[in-house]
Amino acid sequence: MIKNISNLGDTALYCDFGNEVNKSINSQVIKYFKTIKEKKVKGINNLTPSYNKLIISYDLKQTNFNEVKKNIENLNVETNLKLNTKRIEIPVCCHESLSLDVKRLEKILNLSRDKILENFLNKEYFCYMTGFIAGMPFLGDLDQNMRAQRLETPRVKVPKGSVGLTEQFANIYTFESPGGWNIFGNTPVKVFDSSLEDEPTLINPGDTVTFKEISLDQYKNYNE
Amino acid sequence: MSDNYFEIIRPGINTTFQDKGRDHLYHIGIPFSGAMDNRNYLIANKLVNNNLDSAIIEFAYQGPHLKYTGGKINFAITGDVIFTIKKDDTEIEGKCYESYQIENGNEINIISTSKSVYGYLALGGELDIKLQWNSCSINTKANIGSNDGKKLDTGQRVNLKKINSNKDIKKTSYINTKIENIRVIKGTNFDYFSEEGKKIFYEKEFIVSKLSDRMGMRLEGPKIENIINTNIKSEGLIKGVIQVPADGNPIIMLSDHGTVGGYPKIGAVVSADYDRLVQMAPGSKIKFKEINLSDAETLFKLYEMETQNLLSQI
Repeated sequence: MIKNISNLGDTALYCDFGNEVNKSINSQVIKYFKTIKEKKVKGINNLTPSYNKLIISYDLKQTNFNEVKKNIENLNVETNLKLNTKRIEIPVCCHESLSLDVKRLEKILNLSRDKILENFLNKEYFCYMTGFIAGMPFLGDLDQNMRAQRLETPRVKVPKGSVGLTEQFANIYTFESPGGWNIFGNTPVKVFDSSLEDEPTLINPGDTVTFKEISLDQYKNYNE
Repeated sequence: MSDNYFEIIRPGINTTFQDKGRDHLYHIGIPFSGAMDNRNYLIANKLVNNNLDSAIIEFAYQGPHLKYTGGKINFAITGDVIFTIKKDDTEIEGKCYESYQIENGNEINIISTSKSVYGYLALGGELDIKLQWNSCSINTKANIGSNDGKKLDTGQRVNLKKINSNKDIKKTSYINTKIENIRVIKGTNFDYFSEEGKKIFYEKEFIVSKLSDRMGMRLEGPKIENIINTNIKSEGLIKGVIQVPADGNPIIMLSDHGTVGGYPKIGAVVSADYDRLVQMAPGSKIKFKEINLSDAETLFKLYEMETQNLLSQI
């Protein structure tokens, strides 16, 4: 449930669901997000769900803070709403040429490359949110012994498709971008496709993701 | 192939197609984009008898040099812009906020914006460009929008699907007011900063850094000290939000901003001041002034009324 609603600037509601990062709080955020999206509340022009917050943006020409707040407070959100989510398998190649930060990870985590790979593949991930750059999924949770800090100096260019690890999360760079995550592999799959306007993102909040290792040959010859 | 087109002789620094932008896509990581200075965008369209939400050419600092092929067409430039119009062998200096008619073989050379960042070139007609999510707005970082999401380049053509039959010449007087203070509302992490840091934020001047673009405006000046945590769990952002990373230098989110961010938010620029904010060139001094939400809403109403008033006079 929403614990508190305040304003972010003069064009958004800042809905706070708590401070912890876990599936249960995040599922509440996603339920609110989906309900509000369906209902098409007057003046609302954007919604940004994240781990434990929901930002509701509105057009100040059509409405204002108090009116949107009232509409949200009066909204009937089905807390038992069944989220229509998918299970997705992402092929990933962790060949040394694509595993840019494997040495750093080995050192920080004090684990061998094979052990890191094994831990990484033996895990089901939950998509908490997408964003920062178009379609980038934030996936969790990595086990305690797999959690590394982001790079001290971010890379100016992280290659498209890179699979990164930071703290309790894994992500996928949907296109070349600056970034500071520890890059462990690369996927040939198009996780974001702007030509598919109705469904440009392969992974959406609430989805379950697993990774499957592929060889460098399979990576290079990958055909969707 | 279109019979009426502009050929780009020189593209300028960051020349893109823009319109009102695209909404309902934050949740997949896509920001609004759209013309940075909304008022100048609308005025430019009105001056050439376009629909107000028509696609337009936005440029930053140095603009494009274009050569026209086709039937008579009107154009207008808004902002603080220095440009020339070349007809046959004569080249005249153009004035902003006036429409001009040009014909086959004429050239428009947009030399630079003056003490500002963005300028707008509206063409009297409909551009032949592809929309993405209902908007042409080019986001070069995500390669979204018309022109494959890339800025305009030398040698390419800007094709017109249609030229407006209404070729009335229009003119207006508008001054882009420069204000000393940018008004802000307190941010959701205001309490993360030390008393001294909060005082610095409202009382000291900051300088707009060269590392500013359509995504964000970086500021330099006295450091704002954080006493709680320099990172928060990533959460949604909106344009105008001012984040302060660990180095203590504020960054203001602009129209092409990343949709989520993990730095504490000290404030947010009010909507009424956004057009003026984005026009502050590197080296400009910014001072923030705190106002409350209800004053910000009132200021926006006034801004809107003034905009409608300006448009109705054209």
